[in-house]
Amino acid sequence: MKANERLFTISVSPHLTTEEDVKKIMWNTVISLIPPAAFGIYIFGLYSLLLIITSVVFSVLTEAVFLKARNKNWRQCFDGSAVITGILLALTLPPKFPLWGIAIGAAFAISFGKQIFGGIGQNIFNPALVGRAFLMAAFPVESTTWTAPKGVDTFTGATPLANWKFNHIMTPYKDLFLGNISGSLGETSVIAILIGGAFLLYKRYIDWRLPLSYVGTVFILGGIFWLINPHKYPDPLFHILAGGLMLGAVYMITDMVTSPITPRGRVIYGIIAGVFVILIRLFAGYPEGVMFSILLVNMIRPWIDRAIKPNILGEVKK
Amino acid sequence: MNKFTFRGGVHPPYNKITSNKKIEALPLPEVLYVPLSQHAGKPAKPLVKRGDVVKKGQKIGEADGFISANIHAPTSGKVKSIMEHPHPVFLENVPTVIIEADGDDTWFDGYGERKDWQERTREEIINDVKEAGIVGLGGAAFPSHVKLSPPPEKKIDTVIINGAECEPYLTADDRLMQERPEDMLWGARLIKRAVGAEKVYIAIEDNKPEAINSIQDALREFDDIELRVVKTKYPEGAEKQLIKALTGREVPRGGLPMDVGCLVHNAGTSIAIYEAVRFGKPLIERVLTLSGSGAQGKGNYLVRIGTQFSYIVEKTGGTSGDIKKVIMGGPMMGISQYSLDVPVIKGTSGILLFTSKEVKFHEPYPCIRCSRCVSVCPMGLLPLILVDLVKYGRLEIAKEQYGLLDCIECGSCAYICPSHIPHVQWIKYGKSELRRKK
Repeated sequence: MKANERLFTISVSPHLTTEEDVKKIMWNTVISLIPPAAFGIYIFGLYSLLLIITSVVFSVLTEAVFLKARNKNWRQCFDGSAVITGILLALTLPPKFPLWGIAIGAAFAISFGKQIFGGIGQNIFNPALVGRAFLMAAFPVESTTWTAPKGVDTFTGATPLANWKFNHIMTPYKDLFLGNISGSLGETSVIAILIGGAFLLYKRYIDWRLPLSYVGTVFILGGIFWLINPHKYPDPLFHILAGGLMLGAVYMITDMVTSPITPRGRVIYGIIAGVFVILIRLFAGYPEGVMFSILLVNMIRPWIDRAIKPNILGEVKK
Repeated sequence: MNKFTFRGGVHPPYNKITSNKKIEALPLPEVLYVPLSQHAGKPAKPLVKRGDVVKKGQKIGEADGFISANIHAPTSGKVKSIMEHPHPVFLENVPTVIIEADGDDTWFDGYGERKDWQERTREEIINDVKEAGIVGLGGAAFPSHVKLSPPPEKKIDTVIINGAECEPYLTADDRLMQERPEDMLWGARLIKRAVGAEKVYIAIEDNKPEAINSIQDALREFDDIELRVVKTKYPEGAEKQLIKALTGREVPRGGLPMDVGCLVHNAGTSIAIYEAVRFGKPLIERVLTLSGSGAQGKGNYLVRIGTQFSYIVEKTGGTSGDIKKVIMGGPMMGISQYSLDVPVIKGTSGILLFTSKEVKFHEPYPCIRCSRCVSVCPMGLLPLILVDLVKYGRLEIAKEQYGLLDCIECGSCAYICPSHIPHVQWIKYGKSELRRKK
């Protein structure tokens, strides 16, 4: 065969592309969620697994229905992003949350949190947190009914943050770190979350600037209040170990779609979110502020992206 | 040794499989297709007509204006015709001088070693380069004499000889530095004299140890030139990035290297300049890399300008496998060809024959704002935002607020994108729309 008798493909450079694609990123993120999910199932029982499965199934199902309705390829519902939303939603809920409730929450998260904005990449708010906020508003009792882990003897099953805020009881750091405490399904064990976070960092799916500026701000600002009045306010270590801060710092504030695109923008974003956490925890009616802090910075994010741009080469030195 | 580099960039698989293949001269083809436009700027005006007999190295196209370049006959023979012919850069056919070789390959009268070549003055060097029709051999093909004649208010203190060759697969400069280091250093010295610079750096990426050794050895005779090893990262050899890496200076937006006192010439160009000054040799041949999994005879070849790609492929053993893409240049910035009929021009640094092994077709997925394009952009742009702005026709905003025209089209963003969004395609389209609306 003579080579010059044939015509070849024309395309604009570059002619090489990386092997990684969105699917790989999403499914690897699902893998990173295994440690906190598994730990939650381990301490709260198999019902928690059922909760996660229900959430994932309804997330993916809702995604498929909307893709079909929007004349998109419905198989995109298996790209892994809806699975992440489903798991994350379950991890932020009380371990004995009703199954029908989480089904509604998952459907709401995908439809109102993601698809009405135009699907993957287009949403302003973190879909899992949209679902969580909806459930909090629609089912306030179920959303705040906590259960103690198996074999742990606490009389109320209240979370460490609620214990501090309403009962003035401090939970030991060791328990906060290992996670044998009451709380949302996936938020209790700092160590399990950090394992997942290490994997995400290794894969370069998350920018360390986001969790660091977020947690760092909570630590510093919480510390300032603690120094002002150590009897009224908890110490900074308690702030960063208790509640959903670590879960939010590793898996939610780092969400690619809803966080800023520049390194400097990310630091500012994390700091603002951290300020919100302290303000809500110390001065608002809720014991926990992670969910609202992230939803609030989600709103500010477009403004950050417009205001913060990297220096173009040759811009400064004229 | 210190390694110099810039911010951003990517690490594609380099596949420099031909870096140990000696440069081999290919036999002369019977017919040569010499386009009158092989450079940035206006096409040359033809000096010959159908039926004329030409000698090797004879000028057959005259530079038209300041930013243009002379064209010479690559061998002796007869002008068969001047007609429109496929071109590897332009999508349409362009006027091309077609020369039937007589096989004698006899030089034109002015060719030969000049006794005074080592002492030639600045004006003489610039004139030699201009006469020889030398253009940048790295790919952009900007006329070299123009770069050597900056306006008097722009003082050039630093000359950089670019041997980074950061494009994957390409090894032509690598081989030239291994095989002809003295010639290249002489070229560098002549360039230095032509612009009156104080410093000359030879920049080589650290994935070319052989070339680094060879230049280091040769440098014993050239104490006015310094070797600078740069980090292997794409696009290390891009002009602005290389200047930043070596001198810390930033070429102002919309400006030229001379605005910061720098002049960058490619390693191959340096040798061409040396040959032009010493022998009066015009640019009628060049070294290119033939590679890619579809090429049987992967290697580095010295070929005449005007040699058809198909001839090179046949003479080196033909193709293997099902060729999906033919690329002139490197895989990151090279131009894909629809046919092998196109000729080698002055800017042809490589011919890559890609099969399905290298060519993967991806359906673009929605952007997930992972911002990898932002972290790899060597110009500090926001490619994902530029794509959106161009898509929705907001070109003025893209230009004024997001630096659309600063994009060097290196392709790092499109390479790294997990959604396989063709950023460069959108940006090129945006730039052409801006030009069209002016």
